[in-house]
Amino acid sequence: MSTTTLPPTEKTQPVSAPRGGISDRARAERKLGWMLAGPAFAVMMLVTAYPILQAVWYSLFNYRLTDPENRAFNGLSNYVVILSDGLWWQSLWVTVLITVVTVAVELVLGFALALVMAKALQAIRPVVRAAILIPYAVITVVSAFAWQFAFDVDTGFVNSWFAWLPGVAADTDWFGSQGTSLLVICLAEIWKTTPFISLLLLAGLAQVPDVLQEAAQVDGATWWQRMWKVTIPNMKAAIMVALLFRSLDAFRVFDSIFVMTAGANGTESVSFLAYRQTIARVEIGLGSAVSVLLFICVVLIAFGFIKGFKIDLAQARGE
Amino acid sequence: MSSRQKTWWIVGGILIIIYALFPIAWIISLSFKAPSDIANKSFLPSDPSFENYTTILTGAASDLFLPALRNSFGICLIATAISCILSMFAAYAIARLDFPGKKLILSAALGVAIFPVISIVTPLFNLWRQIGLYDTWPGLIIPYLSLTLPISIWTMSAFFREIPWEMEQAAQVDGATTWQAFRKVIVPLAAPGVFTTAIIAFFIAWNDFAYGISLTSTSAARPVPAALGLFSGASQFEDPTGSIAAAAVIVTIPVVVLVLLFQRRIVAGLTNGAVKG
Amino acid sequence: MASIEMRNIVKQYGDGFPAVNDVSLDIADGEFMILVGPSGCGKSTLLRMIVGLEDITSGDMIIGGKRVNDLAPRERNLSMVFQNYALYPHMTVYENIAFPLRLSKTPDDEVRRRVTEASDVLELKEHLERKPANLSGGQRQRVAMGRAIVRQAEAFLFDEPLSNLDAKLRGQMRTEISRLQRRLGITTVYVTHDQTEAMTLGDRVCVLRKGKIQQVASPRELYEQPVNLFVAGFIGSPPMNFLPATLEGHALSTPFGSITLDEQRAAAVRGRDLLLVGIRPEYFEDASLVDEAKLPLGSIFRARVDVTEWLGDSQYAYIPYEAPEAITAQLRDLSRELDSEELRTQAIVSIDSTSRIREGREAEFWLDSRKVHVFDPQTGENLTRDAEAGARLTQMAAEDRVEQVQDAQGRGGTGDGGGGSVGSGAHRAGAA
Repeated sequence: MSTTTLPPTEKTQPVSAPRGGISDRARAERKLGWMLAGPAFAVMMLVTAYPILQAVWYSLFNYRLTDPENRAFNGLSNYVVILSDGLWWQSLWVTVLITVVTVAVELVLGFALALVMAKALQAIRPVVRAAILIPYAVITVVSAFAWQFAFDVDTGFVNSWFAWLPGVAADTDWFGSQGTSLLVICLAEIWKTTPFISLLLLAGLAQVPDVLQEAAQVDGATWWQRMWKVTIPNMKAAIMVALLFRSLDAFRVFDSIFVMTAGANGTESVSFLAYRQTIARVEIGLGSAVSVLLFICVVLIAFGFIKGFKIDLAQARGE
Repeated sequence: MSSRQKTWWIVGGILIIIYALFPIAWIISLSFKAPSDIANKSFLPSDPSFENYTTILTGAASDLFLPALRNSFGICLIATAISCILSMFAAYAIARLDFPGKKLILSAALGVAIFPVISIVTPLFNLWRQIGLYDTWPGLIIPYLSLTLPISIWTMSAFFREIPWEMEQAAQVDGATTWQAFRKVIVPLAAPGVFTTAIIAFFIAWNDFAYGISLTSTSAARPVPAALGLFSGASQFEDPTGSIAAAAVIVTIPVVVLVLLFQRRIVAGLTNGAVKG
Repeated sequence: MASIEMRNIVKQYGDGFPAVNDVSLDIADGEFMILVGPSGCGKSTLLRMIVGLEDITSGDMIIGGKRVNDLAPRERNLSMVFQNYALYPHMTVYENIAFPLRLSKTPDDEVRRRVTEASDVLELKEHLERKPANLSGGQRQRVAMGRAIVRQAEAFLFDEPLSNLDAKLRGQMRTEISRLQRRLGITTVYVTHDQTEAMTLGDRVCVLRKGKIQQVASPRELYEQPVNLFVAGFIGSPPMNFLPATLEGHALSTPFGSITLDEQRAAAVRGRDLLLVGIRPEYFEDASLVDEAKLPLGSIFRARVDVTEWLGDSQYAYIPYEAPEAITAQLRDLSRELDSEELRTQAIVSIDSTSRIREGREAEFWLDSRKVHVFDPQTGENLTRDAEAGARLTQMAAEDRVEQVQDAQGRGGTGDGGGGSVGSGAHRAGAA
């Protein structure tokens, strides 16, 4: 037996010499990877990329479904029409308002719910968790109806229960003006989607090690200080992800408005405007242009979040 | 924890339960109010009655509600099944294999997930009319894939990533082919993740309203949420409130059952996909 | 059972970094080979290339005379124990062990016979119906071994199998693996970063550094005749001391006085300005406790002791010394490469546990100068290595092995494992 490295033997020509830097196995793996992931990818592209390109194309035409003969290319004039119309700006303002109000309230409320769930005793935790999942799982339309009926002048109980509040009377019509309508819409949205945020925040809370809390306690931090200086900075990634997802979701608000006000009294959101143009008025050209503008808004929000708050999704995923 | 603190946390827990269940309790209560009682301005019915349920199950509104229920179940189950199968393969590839484009697929899924549904509705509405998919089951199943696929891919790849890599390699060293390693080792370990993903995907499909209302026109394919939305516009009954409430209760039953049975998994799935995906 | 030959094995990753660089190694049939080195030396990559989980960039991997470069893992018929054991969580212990047999469509009664046999050997009988999650670390480890031995594999591969166990269990499992290997007489490749495992288990040890083989030899040869500074520093615990020295005539001038070399060794190191002397801790002794007869074989020096550690059966003293900047920097680099953190230049000296030397005082030490090695600080090469003496040590180990295997297999299934413990005992004696 030799004691050191063997003398180098005659170097045989390796059969699987690397070709172009990747071996057969790596190549096979790539192929398999795309074979497995390809169909899902293709379907996603087909049902989104294709329609949005189609929408961009339609948006350049003057096109009514009931009047296909007069379809004519008119460049960007659909966009000019929309952007110079008060309706668009009104609906954009409503959408932004709903988004900002609901997300802000949901963040605070969701954080409180998450804290309670984190601290809730072993015995009641499953009950609380099941309860909080129910608003998430309930159909948006059902939630919208529940809230609408509760505030309705005829069927509701809110007016009689809250008659002691100034401005609330038996005949208060919550859906009669823009402000009160939006308030009820926001309430319904907040009720339905806060659980999602609170579950994300709960997961974020769980990722902050308990020992950090203990260390801060030993260092003499109060409950508030621990919350602001230890817990929240350490779950920033989870907060940002929750904010991003919810903001994008809130910006697409449609179901609740459709059910509760059908866009009356200046409660139309951008999604609703697009729907009304396309499906109700069959103005494919104009509706497509609104759709494209809505899409651009969503992209801008996502981009703004990711750049502005430096959300690293990979980091949020714990990689 | 001191007993005073304990009490506060219990109070907090109870408040959460009230918060979550109050609107549900309200709609249930409403569904038991007879049409004459519907405007009694109080929370509870004066005299509970099943009249609304009779109306939607056997009465005047049954030809609107029952087909919608059948459509909803059929379309949502098929869409869930398809997107689970597709995303199972995709998530396996993403979690297990090394190939260029992984990031692209995950980013695409994210992009599709944040996509405004209404932006797709407009062109689909037109396209479906041209190729005859308007107001058909496939005409809803296909767009539902755009709702369920992205979240399925994210959630499932998060689950799959937690299965230790070495398992599959160990199986290969033990003499398994790639397919055997997948079937005998990965599938049993992955099954809970797939199941959870299926539940979440079903919730999402079940919740859809925008596609349902835009891409259907008759009871041939119209799902329940869209039918509910149209109850109010329909003229065949005087006051639809009670019927809507009863229908809302019925469509809420399946999701509540799923939540009660699988709450732990659903929470894991929701947070895995978004935070760790 | 088979021999494993590697010819100029290279593993290059996408970025061109060679994780394994031109490794050629022969592992004889039935031999216990250890791959050892600090983290990132390429030992695990090499193991995974043997088993087929990692592509071979170039070179030949020959198992049992057959080139296996292009074979899938399952076609190589090898068994492997993974670092995390890789037990299938959804299967019982029985099904975990039976898994390779199920894959090869072995009939049920044959499966039962072999699993029972394996679980007898590993004392897993009463756990067969449990799931891995309900087992202790040591039991999981044994299940992983059971899965490896149940199949008549060509060779066993171990990837740091004991690193997840606590120190006591690690010692027990070490002897268990050794006993099993001798009894089955199966070719074994074992990756570890723990030099104790390397010394106690291996017939031969292959020391790797940055993807290159440094030395392949019996544990005894590695310890007594290391080829270079890296091997000398890696093998042995506490590690070898390296002192700066200059040659004056036949004597080395060091911070601990002058060390006289014999003619042959003096000639070998001549012609260099600065040298490094390598002295193992046990080459020192409290001068007051050394036999009169032994005293002239070494040199005596006085030094102030910084710290002493009394361990009952042994005692260590730490003696700080001054070294030139260049040497200090080089030693720091070396210790970093060996995964340790050298904070100060100090010698670790092993003294008799009865010694009265105390911290903070000056004391007189004796140094056995016969066994010191002298290294070239630039190249790290051992200038005083006696290759013939080294070869003799490894030859002896090889003869021991053949004897032990015959012995262990002669006793067959009685399972008293006498051969194994004799084997590890012999190695430990060599290490001491």
